[in-house]
Amino acid sequence: MYRYDQFDATFVRERTEQFRGQVARRLAGELTEEEFRPLRLKNGLYLQLHAYMLRVAIPYGELSSTQMRKLAFIARRYDKGYGHFTTRQNIQYNWPRLDDVPDVLAHLAEVEMHAIQTSGNCIRNVTADHLAGVTPDEVDDPRVWGEIIRQWSTLHPEFSYLPRKFKIAVIGTETDRAAMRTHDIGLKIVRNDAGEMGFAFYTGGGQGRTPIIGPLVKAFVAPEDLLSYLDATLRVYNMHGRRDNIYKARIKILVQSLGAEEFGRQVEEEWLRIKDTVLKLPDAEVARIRSYFAPPAYERLPAYIPEFEAKKSADPDFGRWVRANTDVHKVDGYIAVSISLKPVGAAPGDMTADQMDVVADLSDAYSFGEIRVTHRQNLVLPNVRKQDLFDLWTKLKAASLAEPNIGFVSDIIACPGLDYCNLANARSIPVAQRLSRRFSDPKRLSDIGELRLNISGCINACGHHHVGHIGILGVDKKGEEFYQVTLGGSSAEDISIGKILGPAFSYDQITDAIETVIDTYLDQRTGPAERFIDTYRRIGIEPFKEKVYGGSKERRPAAE
Amino acid sequence: MSNDRPLNQMVTAQWLLGGESIYWVAGKGWSDSFTEGTVYADQPAADAALAEVQEFVKQRVVVGPYLIEVEVDRDGAKPTSARERIRAAHNATFDIDHGSWTARIAD
Repeated sequence: MYRYDQFDATFVRERTEQFRGQVARRLAGELTEEEFRPLRLKNGLYLQLHAYMLRVAIPYGELSSTQMRKLAFIARRYDKGYGHFTTRQNIQYNWPRLDDVPDVLAHLAEVEMHAIQTSGNCIRNVTADHLAGVTPDEVDDPRVWGEIIRQWSTLHPEFSYLPRKFKIAVIGTETDRAAMRTHDIGLKIVRNDAGEMGFAFYTGGGQGRTPIIGPLVKAFVAPEDLLSYLDATLRVYNMHGRRDNIYKARIKILVQSLGAEEFGRQVEEEWLRIKDTVLKLPDAEVARIRSYFAPPAYERLPAYIPEFEAKKSADPDFGRWVRANTDVHKVDGYIAVSISLKPVGAAPGDMTADQMDVVADLSDAYSFGEIRVTHRQNLVLPNVRKQDLFDLWTKLKAASLAEPNIGFVSDIIACPGLDYCNLANARSIPVAQRLSRRFSDPKRLSDIGELRLNISGCINACGHHHVGHIGILGVDKKGEEFYQVTLGGSSAEDISIGKILGPAFSYDQITDAIETVIDTYLDQRTGPAERFIDTYRRIGIEPFKEKVYGGSKERRPAAE
Repeated sequence: MSNDRPLNQMVTAQWLLGGESIYWVAGKGWSDSFTEGTVYADQPAADAALAEVQEFVKQRVVVGPYLIEVEVDRDGAKPTSARERIRAAHNATFDIDHGSWTARIAD
């Protein structure tokens, strides 16, 4: 993985000391809250419902075991013993004290981590496919390009005060595991007709109150032009994006108002002006960054490991976990393992300090010390030998980290919601917990099959509700929590925005309503091979509406 | 809320250092306990209290004071919104004691 050079290390250390000075000035009364607020936000520090919240960047979702141990140390020493992994592949601490935060940042800097640009109207942490570098059929490793973009965008002087925040995701396969087209810029690494590698730009996607699937603005940008084309895109947005209305300030609104074609034309015009300047990426620099992502020292192993296959058959629980929680690896004899952070009844994405230490140790023992964070709030050990899987599973089980539910209905995305967040209208986590308990039977889960259920506590959509097969959105009605259901969304390569089912449900009704939706799917599907999303696309929303709202009086929603 | 019901309000804010929710107790100062907060039954009194506590903002003790609506019955005052009920509890509404993994999943 990428290692800081002397410039990076010095820069992050100096930035930490700068923030230490800012906190001291705040506490000494030299800065008012109005003056301090933008400074703390530039360092990822929010003031939430009960406490401060520190958001730490995990570039393209990749962590070393050393970094994970440091995250555990911080959770234990400066927080309440846990952390929360987010849909942006970051980690958030929910309870730090203001005067401790400079020390937290100093600890992070020791392991090449920071909280810079995890807030504010700048280019945020670049996200990527969590199977980058290990999945077969990858055109190229998105982490290499994520790192190049990270270096280009960090404290970019021209793009530090954009009209609004800006998120970039990179994938290298046809399969989209990073919700690429819901980003301000989604980059897909592709090959052109000549077989050359480059980038397709999907610009102007987003969620929030105006969900938009990012349109293809340019089908092929050569690697050497990546930064100049990004620069041109950001420049057009920076010049013409709206600053008068926060709800219309994202690039998606500009792209929609101009039209993707006209927006692309303006970017092209700007790009032709700057593409042969210093922004042209030298091959040597790409090679230097690429060297940091060189594959680990894989052993030569057979693809078929008899003892592994035998264990799967002999132990049904192990077999179920392998089926649900592993992905094919590009190297024979290896497999990518997902660690579910959604045990039954838990807070999605939460992890204790002790669990972090366990995962750090297991990654050293079984995965070359490498860990990934997924946008679905789970973890991945990307490089595990098949012959080690049973031992790994046994150890994960002992730490409540072996829930066999990846991709199933209990693998719920949930934002922190009204339990923590100042912006939320309703709680997300307790709703996820109730649903997780309702759908806790592994046999029932696998019978229902692939089903993406996403919960957001407000329209900002941090819980990706628009693109869940089933989405739940928390809304406020006269100070009370209600939940609107959407069906038919997807964040994958078959991306779609969910449609509203009907009137919202109360906190006590929402679990039953979701169960009715799922029962309707089970009644209507042509067979177990037809996923929820496929059934929905075949029959539409009406049969679900009829079952949910046309049933007994108890199921009727309490509010319009 | 209909106009014939009195609008009961309380002053709340957050400690600067930790961000915890606090409530203004007239004549005494800040309390972590919602139940100790002073209820103001008329707008001028609530506005005067809010103006009074600005001194604590200047002294860098608290952040962001504002008025919240409360309802009062025989058992005392309660926040009228889910948001303020959660703030008054000083914690998430679910079990966040992750200390024991088994306890965590047993609920």
